[in-house]
Amino acid sequence: MTDTAPTPQTGVAQDVSGGPRVPVSSLASNLREYGLVLALIAIMVFFQLTTGTLFKPVNLSNLVQQNSFIIVMALGMLLVIVSGHIDLSVGSVAGFIGALAAMMMVIWPLGGFLGNPLVVSIICLAIGGAIGAAQGYWIAYHRIPSFIVTLAGMLVFRGMCQGLLGGGSSVGPLPDSFKALSSGFLPELLGTWTLIPPTVNAAGKTIFGSGVTLNMTTVVLGVIAVLAYAISGVGARRTREKHGYAAEPFALFLVKTVVISALALFFVYQFAVYRGFPIVLVVMGILVAIFVFITRHTTIGRRVYAMGGNIKAAQLSGIKTERLTLYVFVNMGVLSALGGLIIAARLGQAVPAAGLGSELDVIAAVFIGGASAMGGVGQVISTVVGGFIMGVMNNGMSIMGVNVDWQQVVKGLVLLGAVIFDVYNKNKG
Amino acid sequence: MPSYILEMQDITKTFPGVKALSNVNLKVEEGEIHAICGENGAGKSTLMKVLSGVYPSGDYEGKIIYRGEECHFKGIHDSEEKGIVIIHQELALVPMLSIAENIFLGNEHAHWGVINWHANETRTRQLLAKVGLSEDPQTLITNIGTGKQQLVEIAKALSKDVELLILDEPTASLSEKDSQALLDLLLEFKRQGITSIIISHKLNEINRVADHVTVIRDGRTIETLDRSQISEDRIITSMVGRSLEDRYPPRDPKIGEPIFEVKNWSVYHPQHPERQVIKNIDITVRKGEVVGIAGLMGAGRTEFAMSLFGRSYGRKITGEVFLHGKAIDVSTVGKAVDRGLAYVTEDRKVFGLNLIDTIKNNITIANLPGVSNVGVIDELKELDVANDYRQKTNIRSPSVFQKTGNLSGGNQQKVVLSKWLFSSPEVLILDEPTRGIDVGAKYEIYTIIARLAAEGRAIIVISSEMPELLGISDRIYVMNEGRMVGEMAASDASQEKIMRAIVRGEGKAAS
Repeated sequence: MTDTAPTPQTGVAQDVSGGPRVPVSSLASNLREYGLVLALIAIMVFFQLTTGTLFKPVNLSNLVQQNSFIIVMALGMLLVIVSGHIDLSVGSVAGFIGALAAMMMVIWPLGGFLGNPLVVSIICLAIGGAIGAAQGYWIAYHRIPSFIVTLAGMLVFRGMCQGLLGGGSSVGPLPDSFKALSSGFLPELLGTWTLIPPTVNAAGKTIFGSGVTLNMTTVVLGVIAVLAYAISGVGARRTREKHGYAAEPFALFLVKTVVISALALFFVYQFAVYRGFPIVLVVMGILVAIFVFITRHTTIGRRVYAMGGNIKAAQLSGIKTERLTLYVFVNMGVLSALGGLIIAARLGQAVPAAGLGSELDVIAAVFIGGASAMGGVGQVISTVVGGFIMGVMNNGMSIMGVNVDWQQVVKGLVLLGAVIFDVYNKNKG
Repeated sequence: MPSYILEMQDITKTFPGVKALSNVNLKVEEGEIHAICGENGAGKSTLMKVLSGVYPSGDYEGKIIYRGEECHFKGIHDSEEKGIVIIHQELALVPMLSIAENIFLGNEHAHWGVINWHANETRTRQLLAKVGLSEDPQTLITNIGTGKQQLVEIAKALSKDVELLILDEPTASLSEKDSQALLDLLLEFKRQGITSIIISHKLNEINRVADHVTVIRDGRTIETLDRSQISEDRIITSMVGRSLEDRYPPRDPKIGEPIFEVKNWSVYHPQHPERQVIKNIDITVRKGEVVGIAGLMGAGRTEFAMSLFGRSYGRKITGEVFLHGKAIDVSTVGKAVDRGLAYVTEDRKVFGLNLIDTIKNNITIANLPGVSNVGVIDELKELDVANDYRQKTNIRSPSVFQKTGNLSGGNQQKVVLSKWLFSSPEVLILDEPTRGIDVGAKYEIYTIIARLAAEGRAIIVISSEMPELLGISDRIYVMNEGRMVGEMAASDASQEKIMRAIVRGEGKAAS
């Protein structure tokens, strides 16, 4: 047996390190995540200072509506990449599903029930899942490299998207109830509330008070979400301590919770001032919560990481890696379909180029979020932050009037920089 | 006063968490064959990597003096420039390139980047002749056997005008005949004035060629013996550092009824379906019994174990498996685990561990339902389990959040053991459980095995180290060429008896 770094099979089992390592290492392991959030905040502040409009309520809503499909698909892509694969077909699948949905709602005489936007959406998600299964089948059970299978899928579904739409034409307009998925806002159930009622002088001019009206549904939902986050954090800490395990230092926990809550409340306020939460933000938020839960707290999530980390060891531990790989791609298919629906809903029509090139943004978001191309490493929250970093840069540079060509250059460099930073850190640590 | 070609002084090398070498000294005389001996994991390979610059200067403490001047190698290139060439245990040849291409890889006879194939091939022929190979330089590496590949590596070293040749366990995977040829070649090089360092486990080979032997144990130099002092007993004593008697914990076996039986088990090779790898094997293991399976490399022991464990190896598997007298289905790993089987692999890095994940996650991965409710992991329960097993198997680490990739071999092995203990198996198959780990950790692993047997489990140990099998088993099966060729109680077994069973079995297979 040879000794190979970094795992020396040496006899001298004396710990050179030692000391209380738990809090330090938990801080170190989270440092990257914090760094990423700080980078996002820095970028946002930069664009706010240069453009002055980034944080404007209407722009925040735009930002969310423009980027949510990337983040939705990135959730699926994270699992694909963690399991050691890649999916190049997501943009094409999204385009194809958008086209299919438009055909079902606008062109084909399907009748009342089948033409209903909700029914169409559900059918489309199912078809997305089937597409994922079809690709995943070859990858999982026949060991065809995912790069090749999904490269084929990329060509096939882009072609099918264009074919379905009959050459270069677009199909629309889509029903308003469908478009609400992307451009709608949560309905106002609790009424609005004027923050400080304006005092109006005789001439009808406001002399005091902001006249800011808040969308109360959004405020209430937002506050509930923030409270739930803070309380669950405290609860988890308590049970950990009760069982005698060191949690992260209290000061760090407190700062983290307060900063995140404050930031969240700031955004809640901004949305409430405008028209409330965009529906797509709520959809995305729920999905993010589900995927955080799956990756951190479920056996299936743990198994995906184990499979990506060492597939042979996973197999010999009784994990059915073929089936798991299939599930990962089915999940990716469903989320690609949802992404396609969101794109179509935002444009109000299906176009042949819908989702074109978005697979690269999706993959970039996952890698900026710190996932490893070797598999086994990657976090949901980091991926979402990575997606927003891309989105904010798109949005901010557009407002600044940066040419689209140069935007690509900047995004490419940011991706490269983020991964270099990661690799450098890993080698150093 | 002998002249030293190489002196390594007070070499200390630390990895995260472990000290691999501590103040190691090595002096090699000009023109000699110097053997380095030591148990697996003693630090021999690490020392050679320090010497060749794999671990660059600055990564370790101490001095390397080569031909009287102190050297600071930044990489393999630096050491090769001085004529120091190392041939690693895992051969560094590109299988789909030809012999000539491999020999001059990165060092081609070329003009402005255009390779002069004629010059390359002529030179290759000369070099091959020196190592006694008559192969066509255009032959692909993948088409020649391991023995010849080893010789190609040596030819490659010669192409670099080697003055100090280092061979890391060169005969480990060679047949007896190829090994002899290789040793003869070393003696020939010695006559030509090339100094060699050979790392080897095989004491008879050392006896044959070495002028000096340096023994390393637990990352320290123990002693350097000259030719007159070399004897197997002396080397073993200083390698092991304690007398052989206390290498195994005492046991008081309480053996009960048969738990686990395999009948008429046959397996064919996964790639060559006409080749039968396992031939009608029957075995029985009783409650509380440790059963050893002895055999040479390639006897089919690992293949047998892996095919039992959820058909992880081979195809056209036939035969029956009984647990407590009832036939059980072990056709997938999941089923095998559910029925109470566990298999601890011989290669923990490739098959046993997720090296980028924590100790905790590795321990629970084979039995996640044991720490979860309807698919949701109970984090605290998982932590309790992980800490419990960390204590039980004495895994040395700051916490269970340590990545397994940063642990020493012995501790990694304990993590793999913990993983399978947590799946609470009735039948535990351990494949080379102490390969590549140090003596102290070995003793701990033996203690765990003894304890598991005392708890009433049935244990199968596959090992290539016969003393180990004799030391820990109650009964020993001998396997050769896919068959069970012998069975004996450990009390009246001996290394000679096992070898005799193998040789007889070979005769039988041939007839």
